[in-house]
Amino acid sequence: MTKPSQPPFTGRTEDRRFLTGAGRFVDDIELGRQAYMALVLSTHAHAEIRGIDTTTAAAMPGVLAVLTGADVLADGLGPVPPFFMPKLWGGPDGYGTLRPILVTDHVRCVGDRVAIVIAETRDEARLAAEAVDIDYAPLPVVTGARAALADDAPRLWADCPTGNLSCTLRLGDAAATAQAFAQAEVTLKRRLISPRVAPSSLEPRACIGVHDAAEDRFTLYTSSQDPHGFRAVIARNVLKIAESRLRVVSPDVGGGFGLKAHMHPEDALVLWAARRVGRPVKWTATRSEALLTDTQGRGQEVEAEIALDRDGTVRGVRVEAWHNLGAYFWGTATPPIFFSLQLIPNTYTIPAVDLTTHAVFTNTAPMSVYRGAGRPEATFVIERLMDEAAAEIGMDPAELRLRNTIAPEAMPFTTPTGMTYDSGDFGGMIRIALDRGDWAGFAARRDAAKGRGRLRGRSITSYVEVAGVMNERMEIRFDPDGALSIIAGTHSHGQGHATVFSQMVADWLSVPLDSIRYVQGDTDTVLIGRGTFAARSSMLGGTALMRAKDALIERAKDMAAIVLEADRAAVEFSDGMLRVTGTNKAIPLTEVAKLYYLPAGPANALGIGLSGAGTAAGKPGAAPNYPNGVILCEVEVDPETGAIVVDRMLALDDVGRVLNSTICEGQIHGGIAQGLGQALLEEVTYDEDGQLTSGSFMDYGLPRAGHMPHIESHLLEVPCTTNPLGVKGIGESGAIGAPVAIVNAILDAVRPLGVGSLDMPVTQVRLWSALRAAEEMRGAA
Amino acid sequence: MTTLTLSVNGSTRRVTTEDRTLLVDLLRGPLGLTGTHVGCDTSQCGACVVRLNGETVKSCSVLAATLDDGAMVETIEGVASDGALHPMQQAFSECHALQCGFCTPGFVITAIDMAERHPEGLSAAIVRAELKGNLCRCTGYQNIVAAVLQGAAAMGVPVPEREVSQ
Repeated sequence: MTKPSQPPFTGRTEDRRFLTGAGRFVDDIELGRQAYMALVLSTHAHAEIRGIDTTTAAAMPGVLAVLTGADVLADGLGPVPPFFMPKLWGGPDGYGTLRPILVTDHVRCVGDRVAIVIAETRDEARLAAEAVDIDYAPLPVVTGARAALADDAPRLWADCPTGNLSCTLRLGDAAATAQAFAQAEVTLKRRLISPRVAPSSLEPRACIGVHDAAEDRFTLYTSSQDPHGFRAVIARNVLKIAESRLRVVSPDVGGGFGLKAHMHPEDALVLWAARRVGRPVKWTATRSEALLTDTQGRGQEVEAEIALDRDGTVRGVRVEAWHNLGAYFWGTATPPIFFSLQLIPNTYTIPAVDLTTHAVFTNTAPMSVYRGAGRPEATFVIERLMDEAAAEIGMDPAELRLRNTIAPEAMPFTTPTGMTYDSGDFGGMIRIALDRGDWAGFAARRDAAKGRGRLRGRSITSYVEVAGVMNERMEIRFDPDGALSIIAGTHSHGQGHATVFSQMVADWLSVPLDSIRYVQGDTDTVLIGRGTFAARSSMLGGTALMRAKDALIERAKDMAAIVLEADRAAVEFSDGMLRVTGTNKAIPLTEVAKLYYLPAGPANALGIGLSGAGTAAGKPGAAPNYPNGVILCEVEVDPETGAIVVDRMLALDDVGRVLNSTICEGQIHGGIAQGLGQALLEEVTYDEDGQLTSGSFMDYGLPRAGHMPHIESHLLEVPCTTNPLGVKGIGESGAIGAPVAIVNAILDAVRPLGVGSLDMPVTQVRLWSALRAAEEMRGAA
Repeated sequence: MTTLTLSVNGSTRRVTTEDRTLLVDLLRGPLGLTGTHVGCDTSQCGACVVRLNGETVKSCSVLAATLDDGAMVETIEGVASDGALHPMQQAFSECHALQCGFCTPGFVITAIDMAERHPEGLSAAIVRAELKGNLCRCTGYQNIVAAVLQGAAAMGVPVPEREVSQ
């Protein structure tokens, strides 16, 4: 384990445009003759549609069109299937929904898209949308996953053979786990909930559809993490056109967090509307529309059991879980279902696991990926169990973890859920955290807090992440003047790729940083890419970029051999020069590049142009990487008011070789903030009628500056062995360990008062209520 | 409809607006100043913060038609001068206080105002409290707090040495 050495951070190349108001987000784009779309959303969580009357709306000022599900069918637009189903990852078949871009006769959640209005202005479109009259016949509603499996629960999909159950995923060995539980000295069971949360990128989703009738070609400007993925789904499934007839442009994107990793119906609706009215059509979500219609994250209830001996040896873990899919199996809902089980063994040598999760339809907005995507759920389960087990057997929770931690010598280590960790020093990380965080000095801090009338609690959390899914392509291309462009298949929306990847190329090729143009997010320019999510870009984008550089240099050698009149095998590249070994003959790479673009000369034979492309592959089919780390957290609770202050937050992260430590730490800070939001503030709530009761930022609590502790972040490098850069991902790490770190610390503080269980979010009122209930129990006893 | 004559980033602009138009929509639409953003509909997020007659306001909660003739509006587009970043903008970049950049204009305007209102000095605790009207979903605020302190120090505001380096 080493500490990274990094040059001083002086800012990112992309910063200036954002700091001066020159960023170009989708809603900033104004196209000529642009019209506006407004949505008519279902106000019922579950209902049949008896009729839709659009006559009043259609006659209102400025209205160009009012379109319904019947028009979708008439125009032959197809429904959207899930991006992929669990079967692709070796799971069960499952029932996947086919979701039309506007429903016709059945709404299954509030926010289901029923109709759209296109008008001259945004206000005119919205006013007319309110005038669309829909005759609903309400149906019974179910919002909870376990309730939806009851025999008498209302069914969402008549043709789903398993009722409201889409699929059940099982991992591990049930018999071996039953035996482990039978033999263990201690077993305990807890009910653990990761509630639904709203990704809440600060830029709401937005899109503009353009149809060029002369070419019969579409352009979609959209706030996306994955423009090529959007293109594939919309072209193939909805519009049923060749992908070359759809260009998707994703300009500056104001945060993604998984929300923008898959298309939403609006992305197809604006294209269709543009063709219908013959003008560009723009739509930008209001925040209340975002909270109603965006995919949400998490949403898992778990019955979790752990079996161990009194010496702290964990023998087995058994889990039955219910994932609330919402009304549709939408987008990339599969990864959270898998990862919420696969990562339960975490950093430990747990010999036997028996893990089951049921993915269930309910009358709520669809669930999909959100930063961490199943990993925070898994980490919440195992780390809550470890703390409960430590309390049960009276062992220091750090000691319990160290007793069960996978040793670095055991690498590569395959977990009972089939993950093969290539590298990591999990125990070493814990020991460093205990030292840096002064674990031993906690008692004194706890006593001092007591003197101030506060309860102090602590926690130590291990986490492991699986990063690097799918393959990726990157390209480096010289221009005729010797400047160059990086054509990226990844998509930065805050991660600083333009800075990090450009710096890597500048270093490799010894070219000035300002001679590099960074290009992403346009399917007409980028051949193919998977975009950015699941902490994939450092490994896959970085490795592909390195291979692109290698390919480019190999091609440059062809030209150098000719102009230097040397044997091709004797040409080498170093310090920006192609050199003939053993001689002083050399030519700069940039000069070779210019020769490749001359109208005559060696390019005639070698082919015009100097570029290189590279590919890298991850899961499935190739090894991902496993970032990991430890969070040490201390909180103080006011037992009178339930107020919680997160007072210490020490984060140690093994991200493999560090590419840019400041940007890595920025990712950790942001992930921990989202984890803190999940732990203390954030919850999407529906009432018994399925009405959203967290429909604005006045009702849905995001963390603010005053909620956040100062985070002490340390990066430690254990190089990844499965990619040539030795890097591991960073984008999700903070969000994985932070929720359980905070909840465990709060429980450590209040357990002596008899509070043994707290559901997220642990709001002040929830903690106050638990403290009062415990007080009454003590009084009664 | 109301016709207004405004001073926008030091230039005189004459615009016509509907009675229901919000200042943020006037800025983003007719005035073409898209650096001011809308992140919520309920004045919670602060992405739309601009200065109106010297005071910070959430431009999503101001009806444009209520502005007096000659009202002075300053937006993020007017903060840098002659191509040189304002010390606060510079500090945001050097401290990595922005990721996706969507909330950044509101934070920068708020931070400059904060520094000007606290000539006696700023601390991390004050900055965190004063940022209560601005939401950022990317950074976790830590580097924003550091940037506000560094930017304020560059503007001549006393800041504890220890906190600038944090």
